[in-house]
Amino acid sequence: MAKIIVVTSGKGGVGKTTTSAAFATGLALRGFKTVVIDFDVGLRNLDLIMGCERRVVYDFINLINEESNLKQTLIRDKNIENLYILPASQTRDKDALTTEGVEKVLNKMKEEFDYIVCDSPAGIEKGAHMALYFADSAIVVTNPEVSSVRDSDRILGILSSKSKRAEEGEDRITEHLLITRYAPSRVDRGDMLAIKDIQDILGIPLIGVIPESQAVLKASNAGVPVIRDENSDAGIAYTDMVARFLGEDVPMRFTTAEKRGFFKRLFNKEEVPA
Amino acid sequence: MSILNIFRSSKKNTASIAKERLQIIVAHERNQRSGPDYLPILQKELIDVIAKYVKIDRDQVKVELDQQDDCSVLELNIMLPERESNTETA
Ligand SMILES: Nc1ncnc2c1ncn2[C@@H]1O[C@H](COP(=O)(O)OP(=O)(O)O)[C@@H](O)[C@H]1O
Ligand SMILES: [Mg+2]
Repeated sequence: MAKIIVVTSGKGGVGKTTTSAAFATGLALRGFKTVVIDFDVGLRNLDLIMGCERRVVYDFINLINEESNLKQTLIRDKNIENLYILPASQTRDKDALTTEGVEKVLNKMKEEFDYIVCDSPAGIEKGAHMALYFADSAIVVTNPEVSSVRDSDRILGILSSKSKRAEEGEDRITEHLLITRYAPSRVDRGDMLAIKDIQDILGIPLIGVIPESQAVLKASNAGVPVIRDENSDAGIAYTDMVARFLGEDVPMRFTTAEKRGFFKRLFNKEEVPA
Repeated sequence: MSILNIFRSSKKNTASIAKERLQIIVAHERNQRSGPDYLPILQKELIDVIAKYVKIDRDQVKVELDQQDDCSVLELNIMLPERESNTETA
């Protein structure tokens, strides 16, 4: 039986899709049969980040409406065995995603997969709600920035009151904090919230810290999830995060600024991150 | 900390301002979330009733439910305008 994991945040543009792609790829690389679902109806983008945009034939809504079956609809990753993508529909009808429809599709996939990763759209409206409703665990993607932290807290409120597990009084959704776009040098300068500040406020366990990284844009340009850029800081940080999700004890990396030379320090040269 | 750093930190750093602001707003919003479903309507109706008798500025009314262990306190806080007539309430 598959575990369902939602990648969520409230705020847009914080790195949910980047994370969903990397995380799902990482699970598949570890040998788990994984499917990653784009819940962003009308704003399909996961396909681009996964590099399968030209192979989309059917989508999530077709599957719900039984206009296609699983086999026809899931896109199999070209390079990685065990990895599948379910693209979002480009319809403008946001109501096309129904609780019953989503449940039916998830139940079918649950039998075949080890992990189902749900890439949530931004906001706290229907789409985001649908993406988290059936989740067993949640990865709350947060940037070190006030509006992102506040929105993450709102999402935590929704996870603990409006999810299926909450409504049916089952065990809580397991919550994980993932801090992305972290820039240690700015934290040192006092311009950016530190990991501990964010943890103090949100009060959920930290599963990883992804640094602000040039590798992310390069990865999206190429349509290859950044986790496959094995030598990049972001790629390594995502690999570590996957390991922690699987219960391994891996120390955090890229959380302190690289030592800067005396002259740089003296003149406080701005290091432009990313 | 170098001497240069001391100069630079004469202003309070913005990250700690951000943290303080977040702690306050998040605590406030959590408190609101944890209230019973009827609280917003109760708040509105209470304000309506008071407004019938006293000319009040709606922003000057605070209705909050504080829940501690086994007791809840409904707190009603109204800033009355300058006394203008005899429409005082207890
Ligand atoms: N760690 C990172 N470093 C640099 N840029 C990042 C990082 N994570 C995400 N981004 C960039 O931020 C933007 C939004 O990311 P995306 O994953 O689409 O966010 P969301 O799905 O939450 O809207 C993209 O342009 C992406 O390349
Ligand atoms: Mg996205």
